[in-house]
Amino acid sequence: MSVSILYSLVGSVLFSLGFYSLIAYAHLLRKILAINIMGSGVFLILVSLAYRWPETSPDPVPHAMVLTGLVVAVSATALALALACRVQETTSSAQLPEDESD
Amino acid sequence: MRPFPAKLIIILLLMALTGLFAWAILSLPLNGTSLRTQVFANIGHSGVSNPVTAVLLNFRGYDTLLEITVLFLAVLGVWSLGTIHIPDLLQPAGLFLMALLRILLPAMMLTAGYLLWAGAHAPGGAFQAGAVLGGAGILLLLTEVRFASTIDWWPLRTLLSAGILVFSGVGLGSMALGGRLLEYPRDWAGILILIIESAATLSIGVTLMVLFVGGKPSKADGTVSMKSTGQREDKT
Repeated sequence: MSVSILYSLVGSVLFSLGFYSLIAYAHLLRKILAINIMGSGVFLILVSLAYRWPETSPDPVPHAMVLTGLVVAVSATALALALACRVQETTSSAQLPEDESD
Repeated sequence: MRPFPAKLIIILLLMALTGLFAWAILSLPLNGTSLRTQVFANIGHSGVSNPVTAVLLNFRGYDTLLEITVLFLAVLGVWSLGTIHIPDLLQPAGLFLMALLRILLPAMMLTAGYLLWAGAHAPGGAFQAGAVLGGAGILLLLTEVRFASTIDWWPLRTLLSAGILVFSGVGLGSMALGGRLLEYPRDWAGILILIIESAATLSIGVTLMVLFVGGKPSKADGTVSMKSTGQREDKT
């Protein structure tokens, strides 16, 4: 198994870990962090899969996609944080309400 | 926190998802064709010699144009959520911090300029340069909070939209000259990419700085007042 495949597998585990936090926790900040972890997993998969042929130079297309994705992730995080601040100001809690029927 | 059985079901489903990803990754053909060969075959026509910059600004120019639009939309979203009142500094920044800023800011500007220029032939480019510029802006905001009230100033607003305006202007211009959208004339590709990247760098830097403030800065009757950005962050 090459190193690039190992990194890709780590990336998919990272994605699932982030996904778990996104579902399991009600606090908005944790959800925003979880989405960022999921994004990091995807970026890790893309960057490492671009390097599957170590004897040649890496594939530039996934690298460019990751660069694009990073900027989008930063701006989406900023917007999400601003929204979370707004929720906190309006409801004086940054938690999503728990479902009563659980 | 959800009750235990629900948690267990989520964990099992996510393990299955991870297994699915692993299967997809492991079953990728090792000797499949990739876009890499096409990129390296055409890089001579792209105007730059760094393959990542060639993909970002030339072969996949749409992606980058839309991405800069996403940044702009994020600013619009944050600004539409409400205004933020920038306080006068309760305590002026320390002597050491000011001295450090005086050394760091020019160095960061220089680094951003270098990264922008290096992007044509080495790792670097508009995003890296924009990130450094954004970092410089945030450092400035943290040291001199009153600076944030100038964000609504028209030159900064122009810089905020410069990336989209220049990028789409070049794209439409190449259409007017008989090409397709974002199809640069071959001899001009290098200089056009540099122009687009310069505008994008400034836009990205200013955008990151503006997003850090977390709202549209407001000036109540000329003087700035009320809570600080720091307090606002503490509440989350």
